[in-house]
Amino acid sequence: MKEDIVLTMRGICKIFPGVMALNDVDFTLRKGEIHALMGENGAGKSTLIKVLTGVYPKDAGEIRVDGVEEAITIRSPQEAQNYGISTVYQEISLCPNLTVAENMFIGRTKGGTVNWKAMEKRAGELLDSLGIPARPRQQLSNCSLAVQQMVAIARAVDTDCKVLILDEPTSSLDDKEVEMLFRLMRDLKARGVGIIFVTHFLEQVYEVSDRITVLRNGELVGEFEVEKLPQVQLVAMMIGRELENLSVIKKENPSAAAKKEVRYEAKQLSSTESRPFDFYIGKGEVNGFTGLLGSGRSESVRAIFGADPVTGGEVTMEGKKVRITKPLDAMKNGIGYLPEDRKRDGIIADLSVRDNIILALQVLRGMGHPISRAKAEAFADEYIKALVIKTASTETPIGSLSGGNQQKVILARWLLTHPKYLILDEPTRGIDVGTKTEIQKLVLKLAEEGMSVTFISSEIEEMLRTCSRLIVMRDRNIVGELTGDELTQSHVMHTIAGGGGESE
Amino acid sequence: MNKNKRGGLSRYSQLLVPLIAILVLVIFNLIRDPSFFSVGLTANNNGDPVLQGNLISILNGASELVILSMGMTLVTAACGGQDISVGALAAIAGSVFVKVLKSGGSISPLLVLGGFLMCCAVAMVFGAFNGSLVAFFNIQPMIATLILFTCGRSIAYWINGGATPTVASPIINAIGSFIPGVPIPTPILIVLLMGGLFALLFRFTTLGLYIQSVGINQSAARLNGINAVGIKLLSFVILGVCCAVAGMIGVSRLGLINHETLLINIEMDAILAVAIGGNNLGGGKFKMIGSVLGAYAIQALTITLYAMKVPSTDVKAYKAVVIVLLVVMGSPVVKEAADRVTKRIRAARRSGTEKEAA
Amino acid sequence: MEEKGKLRREPITDTQLLMTITVCIFIGMYILAILIWGGGFKKPQMLFDMLNDNAYLVIISCGLTIVMITGSIDISVGGVTALVAMVGVMILNGNLTLFNGLIAALGMGEGARIVFALLMSLLIGLAFGLVQGYLIAHLEIQPFIITLAGMFFARGMITIISVDPQKGPQNLMDILQKRIEMAWLGSPNKKGVVIPARMEIGVVIALVIVVLVYLLLRSTKLGRSFYAVGGNRQSALMLGVNVRRSRFMAHLLCGLLSGIAGFVFMMHTGAGNATNATAAEMNAIASSIIGGTLLTGGVGNVIGTFFGVLTLSTIKSIVTTSGLRDPWWQSITTGAMLCFFILLQSVVLMRKNKRKK
Repeated sequence: MKEDIVLTMRGICKIFPGVMALNDVDFTLRKGEIHALMGENGAGKSTLIKVLTGVYPKDAGEIRVDGVEEAITIRSPQEAQNYGISTVYQEISLCPNLTVAENMFIGRTKGGTVNWKAMEKRAGELLDSLGIPARPRQQLSNCSLAVQQMVAIARAVDTDCKVLILDEPTSSLDDKEVEMLFRLMRDLKARGVGIIFVTHFLEQVYEVSDRITVLRNGELVGEFEVEKLPQVQLVAMMIGRELENLSVIKKENPSAAAKKEVRYEAKQLSSTESRPFDFYIGKGEVNGFTGLLGSGRSESVRAIFGADPVTGGEVTMEGKKVRITKPLDAMKNGIGYLPEDRKRDGIIADLSVRDNIILALQVLRGMGHPISRAKAEAFADEYIKALVIKTASTETPIGSLSGGNQQKVILARWLLTHPKYLILDEPTRGIDVGTKTEIQKLVLKLAEEGMSVTFISSEIEEMLRTCSRLIVMRDRNIVGELTGDELTQSHVMHTIAGGGGESE
Repeated sequence: MNKNKRGGLSRYSQLLVPLIAILVLVIFNLIRDPSFFSVGLTANNNGDPVLQGNLISILNGASELVILSMGMTLVTAACGGQDISVGALAAIAGSVFVKVLKSGGSISPLLVLGGFLMCCAVAMVFGAFNGSLVAFFNIQPMIATLILFTCGRSIAYWINGGATPTVASPIINAIGSFIPGVPIPTPILIVLLMGGLFALLFRFTTLGLYIQSVGINQSAARLNGINAVGIKLLSFVILGVCCAVAGMIGVSRLGLINHETLLINIEMDAILAVAIGGNNLGGGKFKMIGSVLGAYAIQALTITLYAMKVPSTDVKAYKAVVIVLLVVMGSPVVKEAADRVTKRIRAARRSGTEKEAA
Repeated sequence: MEEKGKLRREPITDTQLLMTITVCIFIGMYILAILIWGGGFKKPQMLFDMLNDNAYLVIISCGLTIVMITGSIDISVGGVTALVAMVGVMILNGNLTLFNGLIAALGMGEGARIVFALLMSLLIGLAFGLVQGYLIAHLEIQPFIITLAGMFFARGMITIISVDPQKGPQNLMDILQKRIEMAWLGSPNKKGVVIPARMEIGVVIALVIVVLVYLLLRSTKLGRSFYAVGGNRQSALMLGVNVRRSRFMAHLLCGLLSGIAGFVFMMHTGAGNATNATAAEMNAIASSIIGGTLLTGGVGNVIGTFFGVLTLSTIKSIVTTSGLRDPWWQSITTGAMLCFFILLQSVVLMRKNKRKK
């Protein structure tokens, strides 16, 4: 092994039932570099990370770390840590009720007693040296998410850490916080820590990374030095053949840019989580909210659906004034909403696929009018067939289905209510490419049949493929609306970043 | 979580534990003393022929427990916690029942009906109190109901002005023991009635689906238009009605209200019944029939112990041992271990047959 | 900008916040009681009486606080306390031949019975803690059900051991019920003679335990792991905390403390009875909650719990002093008080969390 290499993974394979999640993937990490791991959702990034941290056992391949002669097998995160591999996950795994200092040291001090003074002093020094704005004695839950993340990083670095994995660390941070995090990352890099940076923000990759490894469909596309890889090429590599699919889909999409009769319109709509905004959607139109995570796009559609308490605004549905203050109001007005977080807001894990499919329709019919077992069974069968949902039976608990199939069940749930207006928030997140394209095609088909659809995705390509109008958000405000020729990746990017002024 | 895809019978696998418990008790009693199961017709004090025997006293004695565990199942499923105030609430309801009966001169059927409606109403109000603490303030059910647990029986005492009045009437007697001409104890009939009502409720409304949805994933349930707060509240209100019915039966059995002893400690048994019935005390999916079987299993155990001449005060200790055995049997770790063992045996047998074939 | 604002404020944890609220309310209530009802409340003996009567409850509550911090529950504590008291009295009485024989064989005097009673107390408590802890931590059975069975078992065993109530022998009880007299805290009675304040030995034990448990929770790794497990079990596991061991130890400690509480209870009452320490588990839970322990886990402190016990008994004293002598008033006010504290905590934490957003 060469001197400056801290980690090599060779020929890693991982097979899940029916899916080849990783196929012969190589990965090399050098000392003191920030190595971005890129790929679309479902490309295998998180699987690779989980293999490396011992969450999943690998099916083939070998892992070597600096300082150990032979190839190693990692069976648990604890073992990974012993090899100097630390991970900071997107969902922070610290104890919110303990202080910052405790979170940094619990579980790794020797002896039976806690020396608070020494611990807090050590924590204070570490926080100061890393420039983390937190006090050792602060309760963790009183810190902002960014600071919590940094505390987790500080903990990881303080152990003898050679490899630091940051799994989507920036997705819930604002610009200033991201800057703070980057400063910390550069600092660690200078200390010789090898950092694996998993993210889907292109700009951030170009800002801090030295090297990029691109994965697609569970396969290695290549490893590149950042300077030698133009952004456009990177995107092309991440998306790969799908670019061709894009044109096929586009053709099927009739020129929807022309404004049709308005189906839904909101004026100065606001909720506890979103600022007032104006919005409309026409019959048979597919439009989308775009912007970085945290830009307020999800909060806006939640306001439309009444998912968060609505605080003001006027809403008209097909010209009639309506009041939508809670989800049921929206449903009664023919609006459906597929939430961003499938696990938290979408599936009812222990209930069967059948019950999950009929749920929304059942609620619409009211408590006193249950759908008969036979009818429910028929509905479920119909949509399992129509959306090609892979499930053993209608009786299977939805929780045991794969992510993509769960998403299809939720989609079926809303399609069953025959909504006039369907909101899809990240419907393709974390599902395989095949299902993704299926869902995109379905969206366009539904629009053709007259349904209005609002589509949200972190992947701009996907939005460009499906939407005829994009509403761009930044810092919880709408900053632009793009249609027709303006619908190009660079244009959207510029608008998101705030440099789109020249086109207006 | 639950990854069985076999469908069919496995849906009822959670009933295994209470059924085994009942079966073991039956076999045990058959070996010990087959006459345990004899049921006979004897004349009661009024000269009416009535059914008697250990089986009948199990079914009869478990009535209040069964009714409460039905309500408890709903609260557990919707809120992921238990109501420990059901005994106290039943005492309050019983007191109100007696208070109303005492208010008129003679006890007429109308007065009894009025008393029942009144105690239902009061129990529903208290249930709503518990429910709103849980639903609106997000307080854990056990903590929220600790309040009523602490002071409920005192409120019951206070309702009747610090006395333990008796009520004597053929109507009360009919509710508490036998309707003249009907050989089956009335509480059993009331249980059947309640069971029927719940069956209708689940058949003709979507309550079951809603409660399970809220219990499994409140956020998702809300986004599908289910009023999660309302469902939680409703589950407590229904439990309130169950408390009222149980309280009324309890009062009618004795013909008096004793705030201190009426259905004492029954909350523990009711929670136990829910757990033995294979329902997750953390909420979510439920099978009410499991709780009912669990309740009968508990009562069967008690009656068996009585039949073995175990003093009533000692019964608890033996019950504890059986409970521990039952829950250990149903514990996830033990189940997993059992699964592993059966798998290994199966694998061994298969490899064995393969070798033979080779 | 948010960060800077946070930094200027002295950081306070949920545990500290809730504990402070309880202590403040207790002090305020006591001062109010002195101002309005004066008399008894002015005498230090009032406070000592409360402690004398509730020493056992303080100990139980400490154990329960530990368990609740890990996000678990133990409702067997009252039963164990009662069982231990019964066994203790019977050993003192010489009703258990095993111990009589042992003492005779070792050639010890009657006083040795006290030692054996104490040993048995600890042993029974440990046994309950051990079994319950194992079933809960290692077999992952719901704590409520297991400890409910524990309660049934303990209560059932009392009557199996002895149907009749027992009373400890006077000579030994005299030793156990020695009181510490503090003349400097005394107050004059009607005749003007100064009666010294009296405190039972049990109170000293209880206070020592409060301090010990406080130190355990505050400055040992085990103690902190209780908080970690209660805060987020999954995270605790990821942070390298031995979750199983922590949960097991919490229940073990709780059992041990219930054993000690039983001995203290016996010292105080000198009687063994099936109805001993009735509903002690619920009183202990109530005290812990009032003291700022959350049943959800991760938040709590024994100092708060100690004041929780005092708050509850002060309420009862106030109710009796203010002339509401009917027995139902005590529990109705207790319930109201509990309601007040539960709502207060819920609102305080809700507001705190909202501000964070």
